Amino acid sequence: MALDDQNKSNFKFVGTRPKRPDGIDKVTGRAKFGADSYAAGMLHGAIVRSPHAHARIKSIDTSEAEALKGVKAVVTRADFSKDIKFTSGKDSEDWNVLENVMADDRVLYDGHALAAIAATSALIARDAVKLVKVEYEILPHVTDVDEAMAVGAPVIRKGAPDKSVPPGLHENVVSYYESGHGDVEVGFQEADLIIENSFKTEATHQGYIEPHACLASLGSDGKGELWCTTQGHFKFQKVCAALLGLETSQLRVTASEIGGGFGGKTTVFIEPVALALSRKTNRPVKIVMSRTEVFRATGPTASTSMDIKIGMKKDGTITAGQGTFRLQGGAFPGAPGGMTAMCAFAPYALKNVHQIGYSVMSNRPKQAAYRAPGSPMAAFAVESVIDALCKKLDLDPIEVRLKNASRKGTKASYGPTFEEIGLVECLEAAKSHSHYKAPLKAGQGRGISCGFWFNFGGETAVSLALSEDGTVQISVGTPDIGGSRASIALMAAEELGIPYDHIRCTVADTATLGYNEVSHGSRVTYATGLATIKAARDAIRKLCKRAAEKWGIPEEAVKWEDGHAIPSGPNAGDFEPLSLKSITEKMGKTGGPIVGHFEATPEGAGVSFATHIVDAEVDPETGKTQILRYTVIQDAGKAIHPSYVEGQFQGGAAQGIGWALNEEYIYGSDGRLQNAGFLDYRIPLASDLPMIDTVIVEVPNPGHPYGVRGVGETSICPPLAAIANAVSQAAGVRLTELPMSPPRILAALKAE
Amino acid sequence: MSNIHVNATVNGDEVGFLCDPRETLLDCLRDKLSLTGAKEGCGTGDCGACSVKLSGRLVCSCLVLGAEVEGQEIETIEGMSRDENLHPLQEKFIEYAALQCGICTPGILVATKALLEKNPDPTETEVRYWLAGNLCRCTGYDKIIRAILDTAADMREAS
Repeated sequence: MALDDQNKSNFKFVGTRPKRPDGIDKVTGRAKFGADSYAAGMLHGAIVRSPHAHARIKSIDTSEAEALKGVKAVVTRADFSKDIKFTSGKDSEDWNVLENVMADDRVLYDGHALAAIAATSALIARDAVKLVKVEYEILPHVTDVDEAMAVGAPVIRKGAPDKSVPPGLHENVVSYYESGHGDVEVGFQEADLIIENSFKTEATHQGYIEPHACLASLGSDGKGELWCTTQGHFKFQKVCAALLGLETSQLRVTASEIGGGFGGKTTVFIEPVALALSRKTNRPVKIVMSRTEVFRATGPTASTSMDIKIGMKKDGTITAGQGTFRLQGGAFPGAPGGMTAMCAFAPYALKNVHQIGYSVMSNRPKQAAYRAPGSPMAAFAVESVIDALCKKLDLDPIEVRLKNASRKGTKASYGPTFEEIGLVECLEAAKSHSHYKAPLKAGQGRGISCGFWFNFGGETAVSLALSEDGTVQISVGTPDIGGSRASIALMAAEELGIPYDHIRCTVADTATLGYNEVSHGSRVTYATGLATIKAARDAIRKLCKRAAEKWGIPEEAVKWEDGHAIPSGPNAGDFEPLSLKSITEKMGKTGGPIVGHFEATPEGAGVSFATHIVDAEVDPETGKTQILRYTVIQDAGKAIHPSYVEGQFQGGAAQGIGWALNEEYIYGSDGRLQNAGFLDYRIPLASDLPMIDTVIVEVPNPGHPYGVRGVGETSICPPLAAIANAVSQAAGVRLTELPMSPPRILAALKAE
Repeated sequence: MSNIHVNATVNGDEVGFLCDPRETLLDCLRDKLSLTGAKEGCGTGDCGACSVKLSGRLVCSCLVLGAEVEGQEIETIEGMSRDENLHPLQEKFIEYAALQCGICTPGILVATKALLEKNPDPTETEVRYWLAGNLCRCTGYDKIIRAILDTAADMREAS
């Protein structure tokens, strides 16, 4: 391994907790989010949506809407590219996205967009929406995953299944995944106890507080500007250009500050519509979704139905694990059936393991990524069965997990062999944590669970420009969804040896940098961080060259130390160290501007594991669960800014608590969403939660110069199971369906 | 429908604007007065991102009509620090990393300032229940609650 790539371990800036660079903007209201942009001559857009779960559009009459004073344009599917063709599966993702953004001849779910209006005010646009007359022929619908796979279920789209689907399955099964190793039948024969159970989870929404919002401007020459709240403006540029038939480079996209995403802002919804309206009116058009629209028409996570069978010996050794995972992903392909199956048994080193995943379509909104897509549900099912086995065999749940834990060299349940991983360290930290030893009262339960996520690298480009005064401007292409500008500046400070405050990190627009993949897969601190370190090293090479030229010695005879160019040894000569500033202030005359950059697709993301401990109390009268104490233990590889690592741990746990106890998409028999608002879709409040303790475990990732692993997603993997295990102990009955809402707990208690 | 002329005081400044009778105070602050610090997260009074003070009372500005504020005094996040110094709550939120995305932060700061004016020594439970109308999806509230309790202690010591 090149010296360049070895893990660094002595840090001056990394691991400290400086103030975030966007802090003052965000506490004073100055930060500009998606809806905070205005343009001269701007129109307001509003979208016409289907009230039906499944219907054929017989006609759309927009004449009355168009006649309303102030209405400037109406668009329908006819206003988008006709070059995008339907094929099977996710191969036609542009077509799927277009069909979701603007329905063609059928509406596929309650909330599906079918027309849009631009008017001189938001009120007029909304009034005009009500004047659009749509004639529907209502078709049979299905919203439940098991029903959607059953014989006789209405087919959402003929020809949608991809080649992975074996014959004989319902056409709503659009993708199939199967993997494993060993022989599970042999494994089950070796077991002293086998437990088999089925589980269901409802769809949940990412629940970001900022609704989708954008401001678009597009001329008939195909040149456009788009401002929007997004996790990935480069992807939005590419997709919007395709949907509108534009050349990608002619559309410049700027990411606003983003008011939460959690995966849900990795995909376009309103942006192509605003661009189409702008093109038709030659004026800027702003669209801001209402909260109801966010719930009805943007990506919730998949709902699931899962069967798990695990065999265990009396000493706690797991002899075999088998899982079947059915994921409902709305009216389009893409439910993470495969990823769910891959994550399910990943924490454990199993001789015999087998998993199957189905991606299924139904009449619901197109599912979108939500923090470790699929993994939390898989963990809920698998870790619940492991908990039940431990209880039956009277074994300590942490000892059993330690006994079976994946380690370096383990052949993972989904195929590859693990490199350095930190699961054992997480479990050991859990075992010795005061929380695990604290006494419980009657009516209380303690649950633990492990969780796993792959993490991701992805296309990344970073540019690092030096100023004459010795300060540094970093341009990144990954929207900052959790304080990443602070951690990126910390890594640059570490490399360059200059103070954190002398660095400014900006999320650059699409015209400024090469392609950057979306901020997803917990990839930003890993991949953009890695690219920043390499870009800084590129700048350092150039700085050293200037010093070498000044001193008249070879480039190789200069090294960079603590913010200065110095001769690399006594043979190189005796020269006074040159500070970064002393080089940059003369750079115009010594060869021109100095800019470091790096472009790559890093592939060493390094998987991540966590262990959560939770105490819960169940009120047998009301069925209400109170979370009493919560501890998150997770391997971060190396925490760059520990406060924001803790924040990710706490935020993931809180979202998991909501998912486990309250949050669910509720559909009526008419296929309409019944709880499209924060009053009825209840995310955790401050008064619902205790403090959430965190332990940062650091087992360096060999794929990052400082050892960073992504931390954003793994934190939501264990909570569903950990809480289910705590609630099951507290209530004295095993809960197998989420959310564990009061009525469901009361029903389980009554059935007991 | 004809527009209504409204005069009010915002963060100590006299303002006037024309609004449709259906427009909310939040719409007017953002679209007429360019004060975009208050956010619309739901439009139904559930998330608190639009919290402002209206003649001394903490309200969701999405639940107040613009036409209702004639002659009233409004305080928004933009008025929380009126010179180069931040309010102690603002300082502490940055120091404690009590925000991630920051969309709920203006509402939470306005609501918390109102709490500390009423009750300079709240318990953790009191803070949690006071903020039950302000949703945060990123942080799990832990660092927010710690920042508030610590600010309250500092402010008591300073006064």
